[in-house]
Amino acid sequence: MLEAEVVNRTLSAAMRTGADFAEVFAEDRRSSSAILDDGRVEEVVSGRDRGAGIRVVVGETTGFAHTADLSEAGLAAAAGAAAAAARQTGGARRVVEVSSLEVPRPLAVRVPPEDVPKSTKVALLTAADAAARSAGPAITQVSARYGDGRRRILVADSDGLFTSDDQVRTLFSVSCVASGDTGMQTGRESAGRTAGFELFDLYDVEEMARRAARRALTKLTARPAPSGEMPVVVGPGGGGVLFHEACGHGLEADLVAKSASAFAGRVGERVAAEMVTLVDDGTMAGEWGHYGIDDEGKPAARNVLISDGVLTDYMWDRLRARKEGRASSGNGRRQSYQHLPMVRMTNTYIENGDADPDDIVADTPHGVYVAQLGGGQVNTATGDFVFGMTEAYLIENGEITAPVREGNLIGNGPEVLTRIDALGNDFAMGSPGTCGKDGQGVPVGDGTPTLRVTALTVGGTAA
Amino acid sequence: MSQNLLEIAQRVAGWAGDGFDVEAFVAHERETEVRAYGGEVESLTAASAQGIGVRVVQQGRQGFAYAATLDDDTVRETFEEALDNSRFGSVDEFAGVAEPDGLEPEPLDLYRSELAEFPTEDKVALALELERVTLGADPRVTGVESAEYADTVYESAVATSRGVAATARETGCYLAAYSLATEHDDTQTGFGFSVGRHPGDLSVETAGTDAATRATRLLGASKGSTRRLTVVLDPYVTARLLGIVGATLSGEAVLKGRSLFADRMHEAVGASSLTLVDDATDPDAFTASAIDAEGLATRRIPLITDGVLQSFLYDTYTARRAGVSSTGSAVRGGFKGTPGVGAHALSLTPGTRSQDEIVAGIDDGLLVQGVTGLHSGVNAVSGDFSVGAEGLSIRGGETAEPIREVTIASTIQRLLLDVVEVGSDLEWLPMSAAGVTLAIADVTMSGT
Repeated sequence: MLEAEVVNRTLSAAMRTGADFAEVFAEDRRSSSAILDDGRVEEVVSGRDRGAGIRVVVGETTGFAHTADLSEAGLAAAAGAAAAAARQTGGARRVVEVSSLEVPRPLAVRVPPEDVPKSTKVALLTAADAAARSAGPAITQVSARYGDGRRRILVADSDGLFTSDDQVRTLFSVSCVASGDTGMQTGRESAGRTAGFELFDLYDVEEMARRAARRALTKLTARPAPSGEMPVVVGPGGGGVLFHEACGHGLEADLVAKSASAFAGRVGERVAAEMVTLVDDGTMAGEWGHYGIDDEGKPAARNVLISDGVLTDYMWDRLRARKEGRASSGNGRRQSYQHLPMVRMTNTYIENGDADPDDIVADTPHGVYVAQLGGGQVNTATGDFVFGMTEAYLIENGEITAPVREGNLIGNGPEVLTRIDALGNDFAMGSPGTCGKDGQGVPVGDGTPTLRVTALTVGGTAA
Repeated sequence: MSQNLLEIAQRVAGWAGDGFDVEAFVAHERETEVRAYGGEVESLTAASAQGIGVRVVQQGRQGFAYAATLDDDTVRETFEEALDNSRFGSVDEFAGVAEPDGLEPEPLDLYRSELAEFPTEDKVALALELERVTLGADPRVTGVESAEYADTVYESAVATSRGVAATARETGCYLAAYSLATEHDDTQTGFGFSVGRHPGDLSVETAGTDAATRATRLLGASKGSTRRLTVVLDPYVTARLLGIVGATLSGEAVLKGRSLFADRMHEAVGASSLTLVDDATDPDAFTASAIDAEGLATRRIPLITDGVLQSFLYDTYTARRAGVSSTGSAVRGGFKGTPGVGAHALSLTPGTRSQDEIVAGIDDGLLVQGVTGLHSGVNAVSGDFSVGAEGLSIRGGETAEPIREVTIASTIQRLLLDVVEVGSDLEWLPMSAAGVTLAIADVTMSGT
């Protein structure tokens, strides 16, 4: 994307008036998508986004500028702007020389989406539409989306780092509306991997469509969700969102450093039930939050955050790690070259327990079983978090019974972690997600086995 | 600059050929963001970005492409790509680009040269001052997670091969603070902001003290007990609720069978005190704009009047399909997206009483200061509504102990019908809706 010599001169320009650190992040992103709605392929879209972000750190201050102009002049202008923004107060000139051209193992992509004809991508949409509608006349609307993106990045910095990555992701989702006497209900299913078009060797879009349709149809007979505190069992895969919100964000070192986390100062302490081991792992090949290097050039890593209930470490990016005199954990990510990196999760999961998932339900006299979750939100400082249930049922006398309507559940992260009293042996990854923080969205994965929380507040309207 | 953008847009629209139409949307944005932390500048971002989105409609088939650069070669490639993409869409007889509809855009003045001339040092000073004011507002404020000044100078142009040629330019800036308050091992957070078209509109005092007050008044909060009660939504919460209501009134949702209100035209869908208008021509609205995302003039659209549904929102496509005229309600998320239907600037007609006066009439209620999970617990198709909430309990007409970790739930349909009163305190917020105090009866609070 950029020559090492151009990068050298750009970094030198960024450091010219004295700086502690400078970095060039260049990105070339191509994406394509197609959307079907209301029985029609509404639009086929292609996009090209290319540019560089330049970061200059002086003391506690980061100056940042970005440009879509990747010529040497364009980069020099951005470097000057970033340096000026850092408000440097003089200092020694430093000439930067990047050398170590360390190219990580390219991510395995078997079928590059750019080689797949647009008509083939569109055919997936129409197949999903037909399959969903074949679930019955109560399915009154279907939409489906195909998307792929190839993101090539280059990271070089004043410590001599010069590295690159080539990230390909492919995503498919289908949503249905079912209509009946009780009004309308929706059902959704999605699949995404850090991979090419071979995604569809693993996922059958017609089967996905039928599942989405079934979800919407089931909810037509759903009763209002209950209200109040009760035991909640979360099915395999689904619970990842719960941990992402309950403690994942609270273990991000930037929030910890600002005392904006309920987990600040608790490393080495017991923070969760002893059966809980929480891992964030950017190396999980093919998973939605997988990459070769993070957006600061650090290779992805497997980081154990909670081991047998004890908090072992936070997640780190370069800036926060530098202040603590330690290494980044490979969690420095950004939405695009137009954004500053910060600490982000990758694939966050709870390791398997040893309970039979059927026994967990059978052991629960009453409560709620959540089969599919729909995102969440947390206030890391207080630990209070919500997550949505998009497919859920009552548990009555140890059995999964009537479906309930959608709603949020609310809990407090530090409390909920200690209230986990059963973990199944049926680990699965959940749906691909986009995690939002400070206005930036990045792809993340999560996973869990079936698990039970002894008490969570279910946000329904029924007594 | 706007003229340059329009020249590019018109040049691309001019590439339309036999049997196909072209729309080009070009935007340029310059932004500055300063974040203060610990008495120093944590980060300062100075950047400009631009790009083009090209839509081609060929015999009812639509294709779209975008690029984040405006050099001649890239613009041409983007057009070619959009043209190629149009071969793969389905035929839709109503698809097409906008045509002039004879309505002149309002002469809105949304651009302030004072912003462009405001020195960076002064922006930095505002962010640092905001952090100081927030920290100093109350001894229990122990930290400021973020104190930020941000501004943007935004210009756009849109042209179609059917004769639309429109430009828009505006400035905007805001201060935002997020505070941490601590007392007896308990930590609470609160935000405050101030918005304007140029820095002279901003109040550091308002943003800082609001952030402090919102955090400190929640100290010692506990979970409420599950019951039905009357909620009083703070203006900020009301504005977020209106955003959801606006989505249900989109002509696209109606045509595609996804609107709760599809069959309810001219029926009572809300309490008689409820009058909802979408009006991007109101210059006080943060999201005011004289033109919509397709280049047509925006206009005042009465959506619900005295509780009765009056209109849906339409862009060019949905209007053609529904056999009506566009309401100038095309929106888009920048040059990377195709236009869709959405509200620009929603507001409720204010009532006559203040928040305190409304609270004084409530025996058992919850003053809701913040909500979470609007994306995960609200379904605009089914109407299910369940969100996390925090605020102050209301007992015997007065605010009492703080409440956290509860949800409030109902359905969107019921919420509108159960509106008891709209407050007098209308204020425009940094979103596409105005805030106002709103009291709603018979909502389930779920806690212990």
